[in-house]
Amino acid sequence: MPIHRRRFVAALGAGAVASTAGCAQFGGSQEETGAAVAGETLTLTTTTSTYDTGLLDEIHADFEEMYGVTVDAVAQGTGAALESARNGDSDVVMVHARGLEDEFMRNGYGINRRDLMFNDFVIVGPESDPAGIQGMESATEALTTIADAEAPFVSRGDNSGTHTKELNLWEAAGTEPGGDWYQEIGAGMGEALNNANQQGAYTLSDRGTFISQRSEVDLTILVQGPIEDGPEILANPYGIMAVNPGVHDNANYDLAMAYIGWITSPGTQDAISDYQMNGEQLFFPRAVSEDPDFQQYVPEGWSGNSTDG
Amino acid sequence: MIYVSLYVSLTAVALSTLFSIPIAVVMGFSDFPGKQFVKSVINTGMGFPSVVVGLLVLFAVSNQGPLGALELVFTKQAMIMSQFVLATPPITAISLAAISGVDGNVRDAARVLGGTRVDVALVVLKEARYGIATAILAGFGRAISEVGSVLIVGGNITGADGISKTRTLTTAIQLEARQGQYGTAMILGAVLVALVLTVNAVVIRLGDQGVHR
Repeated sequence: MPIHRRRFVAALGAGAVASTAGCAQFGGSQEETGAAVAGETLTLTTTTSTYDTGLLDEIHADFEEMYGVTVDAVAQGTGAALESARNGDSDVVMVHARGLEDEFMRNGYGINRRDLMFNDFVIVGPESDPAGIQGMESATEALTTIADAEAPFVSRGDNSGTHTKELNLWEAAGTEPGGDWYQEIGAGMGEALNNANQQGAYTLSDRGTFISQRSEVDLTILVQGPIEDGPEILANPYGIMAVNPGVHDNANYDLAMAYIGWITSPGTQDAISDYQMNGEQLFFPRAVSEDPDFQQYVPEGWSGNSTDG
Repeated sequence: MIYVSLYVSLTAVALSTLFSIPIAVVMGFSDFPGKQFVKSVINTGMGFPSVVVGLLVLFAVSNQGPLGALELVFTKQAMIMSQFVLATPPITAISLAAISGVDGNVRDAARVLGGTRVDVALVVLKEARYGIATAILAGFGRAISEVGSVLIVGGNITGADGISKTRTLTTAIQLEARQGQYGTAMILGAVLVALVLTVNAVVIRLGDQGVHR
């Protein structure tokens, strides 16, 4: 029965996404959903990587023009972005830490999560590679090697999606990092790369930020992610969720769903695919497929009364 | 960015001034129990960490906070609130010092010449105007150079059209530095310094004109 119920809610939500997505394709006709959003402002809290790479600036003009709205994109890092959404300070949230996203959804703060796009993480370090990890096919082995060599390693230490992934990797490697060689800097990806560059340290970076900053630093990719045939554990999937208007009645749900419909639409997914920096593709669309990966969670204690739908 | 920086800081400082000067005047012209305590609170406020102010304002304006219904989070208004909190203690304290420092003979003379309390206060304020201008500039300096709290409550937002909504020069510098774009950060830093110098020059010039009038 619970599975059944979940399917039902998923179908409802999928219908909503499909209708707003369709709405986007037909030039934003509002009659289809009955939602008037023109003139309103969407607050999107997101991670620094989507923002600092310039992707959002590149694609948002299209959405703003189509719906006659403005998007306030606040780049905070995954942990803070979810916390803002949890407090009802944003309408839609775009992050990359699946475990935290699932928790957010399970607790009923989010609604209508969609897979959006992916890229991957890479382990970067100085070309001299003091710990000798170049060419390793296992990310966990590389980390263990760095720890054994006590080679300097810079950690974001900011509860971001990248930091969360790094901690998961250490756990998977069965190594607890610590000691002088392991430095938590409590800052964004760009600062972490600069910091690692200054002291010849290793760090975990998302490929996008690394590419966009590659010309500024003397660091090189030593362990590749899945985009370049590296291990799947370095995958970096992004998800998007609307803030549940049942929890925060000030959340602009109609506009959030219009945004989710638009960003998962074929046109926008193509724009994401086309976005390049220094001649390289940064993000790989994932929302458009024959069988879209759509998640919905039923809040605990939900009665399943379908007339609420 | 320049507009947002100036708009937020000047508004905050104007509000702070309207709030601070009466307090400084009342405190400068009267004795009451606990006056020293109030003074020490104001002086402590001068050193209050700006990121803590940012956090407190965020809690206040967040959807979950007491002012949540006003939907001020990630707006210029929230940034003005935090800068107001930051600029008020220095403006009050320095103005108070300037008013207290006016020669007692000036007050006595004004009183002897038959001035009412208000007349006396105006005379003293006129004497203390340089000190008060310094106070306002100090408050302005603290407001416009601030980055921690406005980043937290403002969100550093710029539109897809490139028009800044809550991005100030300081938060833009922080963003550029985060991305390793140190050249751009330096240019923005130079613009900020030029802006502060300009405002200071204008205020000092206005003060001088006041003397010759």
